[in-house]
Amino acid sequence: MEIISLRQMRVDQTGTIASVKAFGELGRRIRDMGLIPGKEIKVQGRAPLLDPVSLRIMGFTLTLRNNEADHIEVEV
Amino acid sequence: MSTAIVLAGNPNSGKTTLFNELTGARQHVGNYPGVTVDKKQGTCVGDSGKFNIVDLPGTYSLTAYSLEEVVARDFLVNEKPSMIVNIVDASNLERNLYLSVQFMEMGIPVTIALNMMDVAKKRGIRIDIEKLSRLLNVPVVPTVARSGEGKKELLQTIAANVNGNVEPLTISYGRDMDTALDEMEEIIQASGFLTEKYRARWTAVKYLENDSQVIESGQKEDRAVALQLEKIVEKVTTHLAATLDAHPEGIIADQRYGFINSILKQNVIKFFQDKNRLQLSDKIDKVVTNRFIGPIIMVAILMGLYKFTFTYSEIPIGWFENFFGWIGGMADSALPDGFLKSLVISGIIDGVGGVLGFVPLIMFMFLGIAFLEDSGYLARMAFMLDRVFRMFGLHGSSVMAFIVSGGIAGGCAVPGVMAARTLKSPKERLATLLTVPFMNCGAKLPVFALLVAAFFAENEATVMLLITMISWMGALLVAWALRSTIIKGKATPFVMELPPYRMPTFKGILIHTWERTWQYIKKAGTVILGVSIILWAMMTFPGLDETKTKVFENQRTVIISQAGATILKDIENFEQDNLKVTHQLSAQALAVKQSLTQVDFDEAHAGLKNSIAGRIGSFLEGITKFAGFDWRTNIALVGGFAAKEVVVSTLGTAYSIGEVDPEETGSLSKRLKSAKGWGPLTAFSLIIFTIFYAPCFVTVVCIAKEAGSWKWAAFSVVFNTVLAFGLSVLFYQVGSIVLT
Repeated sequence: MEIISLRQMRVDQTGTIASVKAFGELGRRIRDMGLIPGKEIKVQGRAPLLDPVSLRIMGFTLTLRNNEADHIEVEV
Repeated sequence: MSTAIVLAGNPNSGKTTLFNELTGARQHVGNYPGVTVDKKQGTCVGDSGKFNIVDLPGTYSLTAYSLEEVVARDFLVNEKPSMIVNIVDASNLERNLYLSVQFMEMGIPVTIALNMMDVAKKRGIRIDIEKLSRLLNVPVVPTVARSGEGKKELLQTIAANVNGNVEPLTISYGRDMDTALDEMEEIIQASGFLTEKYRARWTAVKYLENDSQVIESGQKEDRAVALQLEKIVEKVTTHLAATLDAHPEGIIADQRYGFINSILKQNVIKFFQDKNRLQLSDKIDKVVTNRFIGPIIMVAILMGLYKFTFTYSEIPIGWFENFFGWIGGMADSALPDGFLKSLVISGIIDGVGGVLGFVPLIMFMFLGIAFLEDSGYLARMAFMLDRVFRMFGLHGSSVMAFIVSGGIAGGCAVPGVMAARTLKSPKERLATLLTVPFMNCGAKLPVFALLVAAFFAENEATVMLLITMISWMGALLVAWALRSTIIKGKATPFVMELPPYRMPTFKGILIHTWERTWQYIKKAGTVILGVSIILWAMMTFPGLDETKTKVFENQRTVIISQAGATILKDIENFEQDNLKVTHQLSAQALAVKQSLTQVDFDEAHAGLKNSIAGRIGSFLEGITKFAGFDWRTNIALVGGFAAKEVVVSTLGTAYSIGEVDPEETGSLSKRLKSAKGWGPLTAFSLIIFTIFYAPCFVTVVCIAKEAGSWKWAAFSVVFNTVLAFGLSVLFYQVGSIVLT
C-alpha cells in the first residue's frame, strides 16, 4: 500500500481516497461530489491533452483538472 | 387554493423532465430577482388538488459559492414552500441523497421522488423503498419521469404530506463539533439571532461550514452575537486542526456521507452487478473521448451542428425576409413619399424584420444545443477542450459559444452569446460573453468579401484564413487579458459530472428551444425596435436643405429637357413595362436614364453626408485618418452598428453608386479599387477594425440581458471600438512606414 496523489494515477487504476487537502470553494466542491476519505475511485480516462482527468466514484463519472487532483491523496 | 411546492435535485437527475411531465404547457420562465438564473414556474392540476410548482436550479449542494445554490437556498428560506419534492436519481443514490440530507436539515417537509428506477434496475441496483422511507423518515415514491410512471402516486403522496410538521434532521458531526453546535444553538436561540429566517441549528452548522452569506448577514444582524459565534468556530477549528488534522468543513461533508452510508448499509440498497462494470455509456466514452479519435468526432459533430443550424434555418429566414419584403412593398405603395414612409420602411419594418429574422436561427441553434446538452455530449466537449480554453481564463464549455458566433466563419454572435448559458462559472461566462463577438459572423463576411475581392483577389483563400486566425487569436488574448484584470479571479473548479449518455426526450428539447426563442423575442424585440429607429434617424436627419435639393432638381430638369420627347416616351413605356422584360431601351434612352439615376445617387450621397451620421463621420475623420479611414468609411462603420452587412450598403451610398446589395458587390469593389486613398493597407486596416469593433446592437442587447447589466454591454461597445481602433492605427501606421 502506497499513498500517491490522484494526478499520478494511471488510467484504469483503482484506489481509496486517503485525504483531501483542499479548502474553500474547491474543497467544498470536491467533498460535495463524494470525494472524501474512504471512498473508492477508479481513473476512467484522461482528456486528449491529458488534463482534466475523469474518474469513477459511487457509480458515476466525475472530471477534475490535474491541479485540482493534486489536493487528493489516494491509497493504491 | 393552490399549494406552493418546489422541485429540487441534482443536475441530470431528470428534474426538468419531471417538471415538464407535471406541468405540461402550463409553465413559464422568469428570473429570480436581481440575477440571471432562470426561474421556471408552472401549475399542475391533479385529482389531489392544484399545485404551484417552482423548479429550483439543479445543484449538488447548498453552499454560498454558486449563484444557483444561493438562489435555491434563498427561495426555500424566503418563500417557505409547503414542500420540497426532491428528485433523486436511483441509479446514483448515495450522491443524490447528499442534497436531500441538506434539505432535511433545513426543516422543510421533503418528499423524495426516486427517479430513473428503470436505469437503476438495468444496472442491477435494487432499492428497498419502504425501508429507505422509514429510515430517512420522509415519503419516497418511485418514478420514471421519462414515461410518466409514478406521477399519480407522487401527486397523491405530496397532497397527503403537504403542510405536515416535520422534525428537522439533526446529524451528529462528532463530539467536538456537536458540543460547539449545541453551544452556538443556545446562544442563537437566546438572542433570536437570524431566527426569523433560519433555524438556529442550521445557522450554527453554516457558521462551521464557513458560509460567507450567513456570516455576512450575521454581522449585519448583531455584531456582538456574530463575534461570539465566530469565536466558537475559531476555537473548534484550531482544536480540530491540532487533534485530527481536519477542518470543520471537511468533517461536515464526511459526516453527511457517513449518515447516508449508515442508512444504505442496512440492506436498503443491493448491487447485483460490479459497480465499476463498464456501462454502455462508458464504452461510448472510450471511443468518443479517445485521445486521437475524440477530437475528430468532435470536429465532425460541430460541423454537423453548424451545417444543421445555418443551412436549415436559411429556409424559414427566407420566408421572414419575403414576408417583410412584402410588407415593405405594401407600405411603399400605400404611403406617400416622405419621412413617414422612410420611417416605416427603413426604421420600423427593417428593424422588426431584423429582430425576427434571427428567430429561425436561434430556434435551430438551440434545437441543436439542447440535443447535445441533454444527450450528455456537451459535457464531454467541455472535458476535452478545457485544457486549451483554461489557458486563456475560459472554460471548456466556452467552445459552444465561440463556434456558434462564427468560430468557423459565418455564424452569428446573437445565438452565440445566448449559448454561453451552458457555462455555469460566472467569471468564465462573462469573459466568454465579451469575446465571442470577435468571431466572424455571417454579416461580417460580405464586408471581408468586398475588400478581399477588391484588393487581395490573388490570395483570397489565404487572406480569409488569416482573418479567421486573427479573430481567434484576438478573442482568446482579450479573454486572457480580461481574466487577468477586470474579471480577475481564480478559475472556477472543474469538478463536473459526466452524465451517462441519454437519448433526449422530444418534448424536453422542444420546450427548451421554445423557451429560449421566446425569451429572445420578448426581451430583444422592444429595445431593438427603439435602437433601429434611432439609427434610421441618424442616417436621415436633418436631410438636405432646400437650396441643395433645388440643385439636384435643376440637374434633373436639365437632363430631361435635353433628352427630347421620344426618348422620354421610351423611358416611360419601359417603366410601365417593367415586369415584362420584352421591352428594350434604345442606347440614348439608357444613357438618359443612367444620368437620372446618377443624380438620385448623388442626392442620396449628399443627404447622407449632411445627416447626423455623416457629420459624425466627417468630424471623426480627423482621428480616423490615422487608421486610413475617411468620412465615407466612418459613416459605413456607424451604420454597421445596426448590422455588420450595412457597412457594405452604406459604402455604396457614400460612394454615390446607390445602395449596394451585400450579395452583389462587384461594382462597389471596382469603385473602391480606383477610389482615392484606398489600397491594400487601408483595406486590411478596415478588415481589422471590422473584426474587433463594437458588436451590432442586437448582440449588445443580448450581452446586457445575459450579463445581467447594461454596464457590460456598454463596456463591450466602448472597449471593442477602442481596441479595434488601436489595432487598425497600429497596423496602418506600421504598414505605411514599412511600405514606403
